[in-house]
Amino acid sequence: MMSMIKKLLLIVSLLVSPALLASGGGENLDSVYINLADKGSLRRGAHTFVNYCLSCHAASYMRYERMAADLEIDTPTLVENLMFAADKPGELMTINMASEDAKAWFGVVPPDLSLTARSRGPDWIYTYLRSFYRDESTPTGWNNTLFPSVAMPHVLYEWQGLREAHFDESHGVSEFSGFEQIVSGEMSEVAYDEAISDLTNFMVYLAEPAKLVRYRIGFWVMGFMLVFIALTYALKKEYWRDIH
Amino acid sequence: MSLLNWIDDRFPLTKVWQEHMAQYYAPKNFNIWYYFGSLSLLMLVLQIVTGIVLTMHYKPDADLAFASVEYIMRDVPAGWFVRYLHGVGASMFFLTVYLHMFRALLYGSHRHPRELIWLLGMVIYVALMAEAFFGYLLPWGNMSYWGAQVIISLFGAIPGIGEPLAEWIRGDFVISDATLNRFFAFHVILLPLLLALLVYLHIVALHKVGSNNPDGIEIKKNKDKDGIPVDGIPFHPYYTVKDTFGVAVFMAVFLAIVFFVPELGGWFLEKDNFAPADILQTPPDIVPLWYLTPYYSILRAVTFEWLPGGAKLWGVIAMGAAIVMFFFLPWLDRAKVRSIRYRGWLYKTFLMLFVVTFLMLGYLGTKNPGHVDIFWFKNLIWAQIGLVIYFAFFLLMPIYPRLDRTKPEPDRVR
Repeated sequence: MMSMIKKLLLIVSLLVSPALLASGGGENLDSVYINLADKGSLRRGAHTFVNYCLSCHAASYMRYERMAADLEIDTPTLVENLMFAADKPGELMTINMASEDAKAWFGVVPPDLSLTARSRGPDWIYTYLRSFYRDESTPTGWNNTLFPSVAMPHVLYEWQGLREAHFDESHGVSEFSGFEQIVSGEMSEVAYDEAISDLTNFMVYLAEPAKLVRYRIGFWVMGFMLVFIALTYALKKEYWRDIH
Repeated sequence: MSLLNWIDDRFPLTKVWQEHMAQYYAPKNFNIWYYFGSLSLLMLVLQIVTGIVLTMHYKPDADLAFASVEYIMRDVPAGWFVRYLHGVGASMFFLTVYLHMFRALLYGSHRHPRELIWLLGMVIYVALMAEAFFGYLLPWGNMSYWGAQVIISLFGAIPGIGEPLAEWIRGDFVISDATLNRFFAFHVILLPLLLALLVYLHIVALHKVGSNNPDGIEIKKNKDKDGIPVDGIPFHPYYTVKDTFGVAVFMAVFLAIVFFVPELGGWFLEKDNFAPADILQTPPDIVPLWYLTPYYSILRAVTFEWLPGGAKLWGVIAMGAAIVMFFFLPWLDRAKVRSIRYRGWLYKTFLMLFVVTFLMLGYLGTKNPGHVDIFWFKNLIWAQIGLVIYFAFFLLMPIYPRLDRTKPEPDRVR
């Protein structure tokens, strides 16, 4: 019986593993290091988020109060530095811009960002925010290599500066070959990547605040289950002593 | 004891306990495959309990549904835990049910005289698929929306009445608030009631004929002078303590997923479902969750437009037939022995091939057909090969016993 199960598993693994390898690919994303234990990084990310993202994008499933509690931010700091569109800490992180206006100005309503880290993934956010370049042919004057013709302008251009993208034209296909810095920004490339990394880290938290407690409780639960397994096994063995 | 007497005079409490627990004799040689029946029952109870809690906070309204799920995830105390238990639980339920069904194929548990247990089990399986399908729309994510759109549009393939029928099911021309409301009613009332009733009947039928075992022989043939099977042991306490151990191991795996990887890399919770339903934004690949993908693969494998009525109609027929095949299993399988332990190489080979095919179809169902090469072929070709093997397993079944050499069954269980 066991040998049959082993054979079966072997066949399945042989069948599935090349298939899994073949399924990779698609967009080339830069990977970002996510560490929700780094509260400093989360707070810096939160600061960037409320200052630069939260004017057009909402995070309407999240409450300021919860964010402050999880990120260990005291209420006066929260109210003074992080709450621009709300009166009370218990409010949701919504925005004042009406959808109709947004549609008129950008052509689309900027999507809610509460869950973007779960629907797109952290690597996508990290890559996207580092892929803007100057492009006079678009309505906003900005374009993005990861999301071509995106309606969003480069909000953080003061930090990153002005870049142009180069494309190699070959056989009628244009392939991105690299960025060229035209005007330098307030931040070095390393510092900018760091800031985006913090922002992405925050957005991963924002997408699932429960993640902070989930792992912590999880280890206790696993510990309990191991004890429970041992106890039930001993009980079974004791009862079954007289069988066979 | 006087209270017990008082009840026993009015309700057969002690009698039921004796007949179904303390004096219900089960074969003593159950192995690991025999855990999955009680674990499936555990999952049913768990899904109902977590479902009740979720219903207290969920709003079945197209404008509010998605936000109410996020409210559960963030603002309801331990809401995330209950929601993950329910969402991951759906997949775990199917896992236990599939393993429970595979057990029947291994040891011939569907064979005479247990045909009715098998049929009731198959109705449970189909009801469970419906339950999962209705429930999947409720979070009102984009994959919920488009998944339901695709599956209901399949009814449109039926000639003549197809389109009006699909419209009648949706209650609208597209999936909308009306659809969400009725799916909610089916998911929380109709199907749970049906499942509870069917599971009750499944167990009543089982206790009438008694359990099969890994040797596939009847323990009732060997009874002692008191009429108790010599190879049988009382279900309680022996199997209640053994199943408790099974529950502990299973829950450890289940909770590890819930606490550490609830999405399981997109297999249990899909990425696209974290974006709200959007009628203008079709996801690049619309796929159901893993437990329905083998059939989805079969549906998509039929691409032969020259068939009368079109490929879509025949795809739907093939998908339906793939499920219906299971119902005929007790009559298709005519081998002299039940258990795989005493069957020949032909059945063993075909069963193995069937399992691999089922898993392969399941995997292919999550991928866009025709795009990727796997080994030598496009995955569409693989799905078509899988479809042929899938049906061959069932349809060739009456032939195996004629060619297959079986080993003699023992008189007593080992």
